[in-house]
Amino acid sequence: MVSLKVNGRTHSVDVDDDTPLLWAIRDNLGLTGTKFGCGVAQCGACTVFMDGKPLRSCVTPVSAVGDAEITTIEAISGKEVDAVQAAWTARDVPQCGYCQSGQVMSAVALLMENKKPSDGDIDLAMNGNLCRCATYVRIRAAIHDAARTLEG
Amino acid sequence: MQAPLLHAILAGAGLCLAGTALTSAQTTRQAAPAASLRSAESFSTIANQRDRSVALFGEIGTVLQHPRCMNCHPATECPRQADAKRLHQPLVVRGKDGHGAPGLECATCHGKQNFDPARIPGDGHWALAPASMAWEGKSLGQICEQLKDPNRNGSRDLAAIVKHVTSDTLVLWAWNPGPGRVPAPGSNAQFGALMQAWVDTGAACPAS
Amino acid sequence: MTAHDHNLSRRSLLKGAGALVIGLHLPQAARAQSGAGAAFRPGGNATFAPNAFVRVAPDSTITVLVKHIEFGQGPFTGLATLVAEEMDADWGQMRSEHAPADVKLYANLAFGVQGTGGSTAIANSWEQMRKAGATARAMLVQAAAQSWKVPASEIRVEAGVLSHASGKQGRFGEFAEAASKLAVPENVPLKPASAYRLIGKEGAVRRLDSADKSRGKAEFTIDIHAPNMLTVVVARPPRFGGKVGSFDAAEAHKVRGVVDVKQIGSGVAVYANGMWPALKGREALKVTWDESAAEKRGSRELIAEYRALARQKGVVAGSHGDAEAALAKAGTVIEAEFVFPYLAHAPMEPLDGYLQWDGSEALARFGSQFQTTEHMTIATILGLPPEKVRLETMLAGGSFGRRAQVSQHLAAELAMVAKAIGPNRPVKLVWTREDDLSGGYYRPLFVHRLRGAVQDGKITAWADSIVGQSFFLGTPFEAMVVKNGIDATSVEGANELFYEIADFHCEVNNPKVGVPTLWWRSVGHTHTAYAVECFIDELLQVAGQDPVAGRLSLMNRHPRAVGVLKAVAELAKWNGSGPVDGRARGVAVVESFGSFVAQIAEVSLGTDGEPKVHKVWCAVDCGVAVNPDIIRAQMEGGIGFGLGHALYGEITLDQGRPVQANFDTYRSLRIHEMPEVEVAIISSTEAPTGVGEPGVPPIGPAVANALAKLGQPRPRQLPMVGGTV
Repeated sequence: MVSLKVNGRTHSVDVDDDTPLLWAIRDNLGLTGTKFGCGVAQCGACTVFMDGKPLRSCVTPVSAVGDAEITTIEAISGKEVDAVQAAWTARDVPQCGYCQSGQVMSAVALLMENKKPSDGDIDLAMNGNLCRCATYVRIRAAIHDAARTLEG
Repeated sequence: MQAPLLHAILAGAGLCLAGTALTSAQTTRQAAPAASLRSAESFSTIANQRDRSVALFGEIGTVLQHPRCMNCHPATECPRQADAKRLHQPLVVRGKDGHGAPGLECATCHGKQNFDPARIPGDGHWALAPASMAWEGKSLGQICEQLKDPNRNGSRDLAAIVKHVTSDTLVLWAWNPGPGRVPAPGSNAQFGALMQAWVDTGAACPAS
Repeated sequence: MTAHDHNLSRRSLLKGAGALVIGLHLPQAARAQSGAGAAFRPGGNATFAPNAFVRVAPDSTITVLVKHIEFGQGPFTGLATLVAEEMDADWGQMRSEHAPADVKLYANLAFGVQGTGGSTAIANSWEQMRKAGATARAMLVQAAAQSWKVPASEIRVEAGVLSHASGKQGRFGEFAEAASKLAVPENVPLKPASAYRLIGKEGAVRRLDSADKSRGKAEFTIDIHAPNMLTVVVARPPRFGGKVGSFDAAEAHKVRGVVDVKQIGSGVAVYANGMWPALKGREALKVTWDESAAEKRGSRELIAEYRALARQKGVVAGSHGDAEAALAKAGTVIEAEFVFPYLAHAPMEPLDGYLQWDGSEALARFGSQFQTTEHMTIATILGLPPEKVRLETMLAGGSFGRRAQVSQHLAAELAMVAKAIGPNRPVKLVWTREDDLSGGYYRPLFVHRLRGAVQDGKITAWADSIVGQSFFLGTPFEAMVVKNGIDATSVEGANELFYEIADFHCEVNNPKVGVPTLWWRSVGHTHTAYAVECFIDELLQVAGQDPVAGRLSLMNRHPRAVGVLKAVAELAKWNGSGPVDGRARGVAVVESFGSFVAQIAEVSLGTDGEPKVHKVWCAVDCGVAVNPDIIRAQMEGGIGFGLGHALYGEITLDQGRPVQANFDTYRSLRIHEMPEVEVAIISSTEAPTGVGEPGVPPIGPAVANALAKLGQPRPRQLPMVGGTV
């Protein structure tokens, strides 16, 4: 049994210690907004927050989580989240949509640390998130939109 | 995208890529990675102390210039990865404190320990070496001088250097890199003994 | 194929398919609908279901049943736009759902069976969905007229509200039940284009799926959970054509969470409570593979064989004049050989599927792209009559051709996995990224050997010898697609050119190789466009002509191609290729799937020597532009997809084994490598054609042609960066 704090609740999960957080979240807790894309931290689809910082859950064993607070796409909140999701919808960023949970998580993480990211900042924060539909033009535009919203 | 911003990105990418030619040249010069290290004692046959010290550093160099060490001592803002020393994918940078850029810090993917099922290496303070400690593209002699220079080695004296390379967990990781990566030559204990012997013989540097 | 020959091709397909009877008329009224379609009534029995495609619930939401799978290319939004336009609905009341598998109602009119592909969703649905909407509207108006006791002709409909000059007004939902009792009218007239409020209007509609997809709420196959469900991964042979010799599952059974291990047709299946135990179980499995019949040639060997074949006689795919004679007497003969690697589709969501059955009935849920044939495959393997098998199409995390399976291998594996464990154990079969990239069904490896003659500043002869695998020869689809020994998907875009060249010849060799291959976003054009557009550029360069003006002078008979080329030149303010300040421009123009796309790429060389693509200008003519913003999105995405593979993409085989296994080695375009994109959509009254694929073909040659102006050779072997053969 492993104890995990996810989305504000403590869960007891009956998995091996080496189980990636991704599969504990998806298969055991039923939170499926966080996606599997590669299993080796190359695509970013599995991004969650650990104590407010982005984390690739596919390469993080549950044994490494300890008391840390995990937040998934289902439970993120705050003004950066609202601004990003509103911009994503207004720009119609998603195509197939499968990578977009991870894209949104990374974009929110960027804006929490950098209120007015340049294109270069966006490249450095977001290039760990693959989109095979190549929605990158809109991801970039939507992050700038969200930053403007946050600026007020 | 605005033109000035585009230039900024280009400049950023340029920072990361400028070392490529150097690295490949270096790679081709380098012999296949040594699987073992000569013991410090085996250098005792060299009578001249300075020559012995230089020879010891030559052996030390097989560790320092090994991909396990070089990949995170880059000349650019970007680390390399794998035995082939290819540019790290995804594109990551030093950032303001060696731990990456906002939104994609080292700890986003690298945990406190290796995660072998995905072959992701990890350590408690996974990070890039400071820019002052860049080794990529430098000769062994230059690396040696740099290593001894308190302005470029984190204000360490020689004893502190030996302590650092025998106790820092990220340095020790080089001998426990997980599956899919060739470990640094020999053992950390042998490496520490070589470093100590080099210090004891006057810490002389190779000419080039 | 173009919109104009839909009927023709449909007829020929129907002849091939034999028993299928498809009406072009609208499948009408609930009584004519078979089980699943009629049963689909969001909002309950009071829901108005005038035909197979439109549902109006008492709360006035309108749900469009979409027969094409949504994997990003936008049919949920596009087909709803057509219905909403004719119904005069408010966009806010529109919803979309996948239609169930039912060939009688939901056949693709271009194929004769239910399926998505060839960028046909809008082309196929253009009339059908507008008719569905217009019919629904007419019935709602009739119901209101009877209720209000006024003539139907006096009722206005605007933004989902019916109204009459007397002051009476009501929303659709209020008349849903009454409308459902009316006879379905025939031949309801459609709106003239001048009355459109949504079709072609910028900003009039937004995608129906953006909000959920931005919040992790969209449900994909991999997200399916059911009580008692097992997650299944399959160990498959490392070489194509290999099979299980023997296996030892003792260690796998010891893994906590592993429930069972079974041999199935495609390998050894591990059943577990969750993905991680399934993966650990598979890791612990010991399988001895029988590789006696496996393909053991590597990419290097295949390329050498193809090069030799390109110098032998092939099957003639297009010819006029006498190219050999013209080449023999020409002053300047240019030769170029292009080599294209195997490519994986690598959709973000790897293949997966869910199936539950109790021995007499089954429900399959997955991202099915060929519902009719997959439905039949599952029924056959489970030994059930088709009417006892339901197939629900799920949103899919991309496809790019991967889910359009000629061989039905995923549906078959899903059914085999379910059958092997027995009834009443729901299964979710999941492929990992490694399974995906090393699992075959690649864009085939191709070689083009081109020869051209330039005489007095004119291109006088062109000969193309194409070598590559056909993924249709030897399959049940062969009769439909292969004509006179020519698989159109091998030569499309190369056997007829826009360019008027007096002596022209194109032939093809389709060698048999044991590597499973498949169509890949834009199919034959993935290689023919690169070979043709690079080679014409090279010949024009030799002839001393500008890449844009030179092309235009050769394509007088193709006004729509001329239109996009002129439009893109204007958009980019074309003034020659450059270079200017280290940046050069390259151009390419391609027709695919009835749509015309021209692109100009601005390229420099990075400090590492890798091409850096700064900006791409794109002009597209796809007939009536139903959803301009989705068209733009598909051009942007097509450019990124095409560019990423031209620059970095390759699956290499080493003695028959795929080398690249995950995104660390199958390098995929990242955001900092994505150029800025500017799109011009040509205004047109032609029937709409596709946009899912046509954005892909021009970008590779446009970048190559720019590189040629930077003093680099045009890359003749892809990928441009880091090729390993």
